[in-house]
Amino acid sequence: MGRMSPPDGDIAVFLHCLQAVCGELLANEAELSALDRAIGDGDHGANLCRAAHALLEAADDLSSLPLPKALERAGMLVVTSVGGASGPLYGTMLMALGRAWPQDATAGAVADVLEQAMEAVGRRGRSTVGEKTMLDVLVPAARAFRESVASGSLGAALQAMVDAADSGLAATRPMRATKGRAAYVGERSIGHLDPGAASARLCLRAVARVLCESGSKELRS
Amino acid sequence: MKTRVGLVIVSHSSDVARGVADMVRQMTGEEIAVAWAGGNPAGGLGTDVKKIVAAIESVWSPAGVAVFVDLGGAETNSEMAVEMLDASKRERVVICNAPLVEGAIVGAAEAASGSDLQHVRKAAEEFLRT
Ligand SMILES: [Mg+2]
Repeated sequence: MGRMSPPDGDIAVFLHCLQAVCGELLANEAELSALDRAIGDGDHGANLCRAAHALLEAADDLSSLPLPKALERAGMLVVTSVGGASGPLYGTMLMALGRAWPQDATAGAVADVLEQAMEAVGRRGRSTVGEKTMLDVLVPAARAFRESVASGSLGAALQAMVDAADSGLAATRPMRATKGRAAYVGERSIGHLDPGAASARLCLRAVARVLCESGSKELRS
Repeated sequence: MKTRVGLVIVSHSSDVARGVADMVRQMTGEEIAVAWAGGNPAGGLGTDVKKIVAAIESVWSPAGVAVFVDLGGAETNSEMAVEMLDASKRERVVICNAPLVEGAIVGAAEAASGSDLQHVRKAAEEFLRT
């Protein structure tokens, strides 16, 4: 399997991903806030939209940076714009990706870095899979991507990632929240999807869509 | 005079953060430095890493800073803020696992008496458990 994209195309692909993710967040603000309103404080959509606006505003600046720096900088923008716990969590993910981004960005190397970044998110939130958080999507999605990329095409690995994100989100519904604002509603959190898991799935889907479209020619070979 | 531990109050609400800082000042007067950070970057409910960093910097001294937080995101954003400080300052800032109002008052009283950072934290964290 080849690189995720040609070296000079990395930043262009990153920008496409960024735009797709931000577009997805802006389009789903109401839904994310509605999920958060059911078990939290109802600000998840607005919080992530602030991040999306900050990222889109900085897109030109980011595109002048090498990819690892752009990822780190994007992470810092998320941290400073969100205002809720999801800021440090998503910010940590991006910064961890940037810090560990492989020089030779093969799909396999990126898969390892992705999984490590999800572990960094878990450490930041002192949380783990099964606690009704974004980790219930991020961790299985990264694992599915790594496992699938080892044996199949990038397209198949992205599909596996998206499928794992879908089932990870669905799995949060029967869970009882023990982390974040939803922990305060305790039993009443059961039966609702976790808003962080929902936003994580949206983001991963947007990235997968861009990578399938833009990278497939190089990557399927 | 020996420098005292400073306090930072972090709340989702700027009214709560300012109010708790006022209560601390009423008790301790000018004996210790108190700063607050409340509200998200857009001015709504939430917390703002940059404001927390600025609040810590504003009361920082080698005696250290005790940070008091309300709910989840305030803690996560405060941890992020501490990591953004210079390494030399970082180890002299603690986030107390204590109720915001009671913890800040107990911590402030302890700091005003001249106790060091670890004792301020311990007093705040243990107050409600005794
Ligand atoms: Mg919320």
